[in-house]
Amino acid sequence: MHFNSVNLWVVAAALLGAAIRGSIPYMFVSLGECLTEKSGRINLGMEGILLMSAMTAFAVSQRTGSPWLGALTAAIVGGILGLLHGSLTELPGVNDIAAGVAMVVFGSGLAFFFGKQFVAPMAPQLPVLEFGKWASNPALRAALRISPLFFLGIVTAFVLHYALKYTRWGLHVRAVGDAPEAARSMGISARQHRLIATTIGATLAGIGGAHLTLYFPGIWSEGISGGQGLMAVALVIFARWSPLRCLAVSLFFGGAQALDPSLQALGFGGFYHLLNASPYVLTLILMIVSCSRSRKLIGMPGALAGRG
Amino acid sequence: MSAKQPRLVEVKSISKSFGNFRALDSVNLTVRPGTFHAVIGENGAGKSTLAKCMLGFHALNAGEVVVDETRITNPDDARRLGMGMVFQNFTLVPSMTVAENLLLARKDLPAFLNSREEHTRLQKFLETAPFSIDLESRIAHLAAGQKQKVEILKQLYLDTKILILDEPTSVLTPAESDEVMGVLARMVERGTLSVVLITHKLRDVMDFADDVTVLRHGRVVASMPVEQANPVKLAELMMGESRPPEPITKKNNSTPTAAALEVKELTVRGDNGLVAVNQVSLTVHRGEILGVAGVSGNGQRELVQAIAGQCTIESGEIRSFDEPFYPTRRGIRKAGLFTLPEEPLENATVPSMSVAENISLRKFDQPPFAKARWFLNRSAIKDAALAVIRNFSIRPPFPDVPIRNLSGGNVRRAVLGRDLMGNEAKILVVANPCVGLDFAATAFVHNHLVEIRNDGGALLLVSEDLDELVKLADRIVVMSCGVIAHETLPSELDRTVVGGYMGGHVAASASCKICS
Repeated sequence: MHFNSVNLWVVAAALLGAAIRGSIPYMFVSLGECLTEKSGRINLGMEGILLMSAMTAFAVSQRTGSPWLGALTAAIVGGILGLLHGSLTELPGVNDIAAGVAMVVFGSGLAFFFGKQFVAPMAPQLPVLEFGKWASNPALRAALRISPLFFLGIVTAFVLHYALKYTRWGLHVRAVGDAPEAARSMGISARQHRLIATTIGATLAGIGGAHLTLYFPGIWSEGISGGQGLMAVALVIFARWSPLRCLAVSLFFGGAQALDPSLQALGFGGFYHLLNASPYVLTLILMIVSCSRSRKLIGMPGALAGRG
Repeated sequence: MSAKQPRLVEVKSISKSFGNFRALDSVNLTVRPGTFHAVIGENGAGKSTLAKCMLGFHALNAGEVVVDETRITNPDDARRLGMGMVFQNFTLVPSMTVAENLLLARKDLPAFLNSREEHTRLQKFLETAPFSIDLESRIAHLAAGQKQKVEILKQLYLDTKILILDEPTSVLTPAESDEVMGVLARMVERGTLSVVLITHKLRDVMDFADDVTVLRHGRVVASMPVEQANPVKLAELMMGESRPPEPITKKNNSTPTAAALEVKELTVRGDNGLVAVNQVSLTVHRGEILGVAGVSGNGQRELVQAIAGQCTIESGEIRSFDEPFYPTRRGIRKAGLFTLPEEPLENATVPSMSVAENISLRKFDQPPFAKARWFLNRSAIKDAALAVIRNFSIRPPFPDVPIRNLSGGNVRRAVLGRDLMGNEAKILVVANPCVGLDFAATAFVHNHLVEIRNDGGALLLVSEDLDELVKLADRIVVMSCGVIAHETLPSELDRTVVGGYMGGHVAASASCKICS
């Protein structure tokens, strides 16, 4: 490999492409989690939802031949799991952290059980948008092949931002998340808003799951999510519960994940496992930096702050 | 929505019990349209319960609340008839702006907000409103007084014609309180509003109210126009046979005594990371009350927290009886250094635990409360709690209710009782001990503090009430912008000079981040 300027440029493009690709699951899960937490509930079960919807998307796409139907089913399955989490945590005495951990085990167990038969084959993938037709370099063209889900994610972030700020429902969700007692005194039902927010949040995570199996290379394996569902939950804290910042931080995480293949392309091949760990290390660093003993977390919904 | 004019409110012999405790007993009350009606009574007389019953929050055991012939059975009825309440604890969403909070309260809010249109509407409303406030500021950044104003604005925005205020002035400075009350009184004069003011401050009653109703132990003992009332008569009616105890005189401890509590060049940072207490040195001797005056937010809170071990000390030292003081359980017991912080429910209790458990918090691991070191002796804990409840007249008198169900004044009594019973306190650090207490209770607390001093105890008394300090303290220091700006004897205290230091105008510290 020669280190000339053209090559570096291609690598930069490849890195960007990989960052965009890698950011999509983070984006959908963190946006979903952001909405859920805004309503005053935590859904730690996102990892399970991600796996279950990834498997569902793959299976439906493989059986019906329609990747879009697969993605839609994945979103619905995500929503159903969110509804389950939301209903469970409404029961008296059910802690949503514990319920979330149970959802991880439940979702992944279910996905592994039904996914056994789908480990080998290939399924039709979602179409991609070609932004690199003008480029002569095949690596660049590959890098600029962007999934439409990326744009859907961006639109979702802006819609969520707008909805939380400029709709009645959004104001109500923030009220029950930040001051449940005050909301109750105004006749706003915390139950109802949390249930809906949790369901919508998990639906979004389901779309993120579909991306995992319906985009290149388009296979289903048990390790496909690699803990991204959990990392996205941490990401929300770093994004300070803002949908637009979730977008930015997702890209950052996606980029960290892309470091390894890009450096391999440059010829630095020896750090495979080390570089694979970079998103995890990044999560840890972010958690340490953003959590200080002497400073309170700015932007944290009040209903989340009041418990240990 | 509601009518242009406030309507007639009639409370017809209502009763309300919680378990065996009768909070209200055949209470009658008439609020004439367009009047300012004060409801007074001591802590636990049933004032807040009455207000909640009027708004339909509680199911009544007997009687009815009627507004213009319509019976109120739930909060929605009350809302429709133009009734609204400003609660003791705020019902605002802290992370939202003033504008968002006002919008949130509206019942007919459209699903999608046109922010520009809503903003103009709010601006137009603010022009007619009695206070001006920045619509875009976040509630979390507002001081208590401003929050109170937003609460009232919210009610006016909702077109409330009958406004019930539950002890609104307990969180306000006297000047703020006069401003808020004055504005409401003028609206009442114009006939656009009826106000029901729940309070135990007789001054507010005499200055602003048209009618006054006195509650005692859940019963109406008198109801009259204010012209026929006077503070002495009202105080007598409120207290009944119980008189405030005679003030205990301070023994003359002129001989210099040993230092009990020493704070040496203490520096502490506040929650926001800025220096809140800056190189403060203080010495409190045995048999002395050292008063710390100042406007709240000038580092008093952090000073008390540092002594209590609730926040990290940046530099400096705290010593008790010539030894370094560490706020561990053992250290606290050894030094006999107890702290009575402000906002006791948040800072000095476990709200979900019972009154008895909270009273035993200091000593539950000591005999007789602990058996064989590891097991609790429930009956001993309960007996001790009953003694505190009796001595400090805590209402309702049940040791097993969660302490957060008690009213603010009663929580304070419970916390005071915990630390003052048994006379184990040698050093007391007390912050605003009488906020929210009626005068009998205030006199009672003051007497206890003086008694501890006379017995050789050392007290650091932080208070925003200068009169309280002049009455109790042997020396007074003024805290401003995190430093001790001034020191004086109560007998030589010049209010203009002290006021100047409190306002930070005289303070030499140019680096003051709090005042600017």
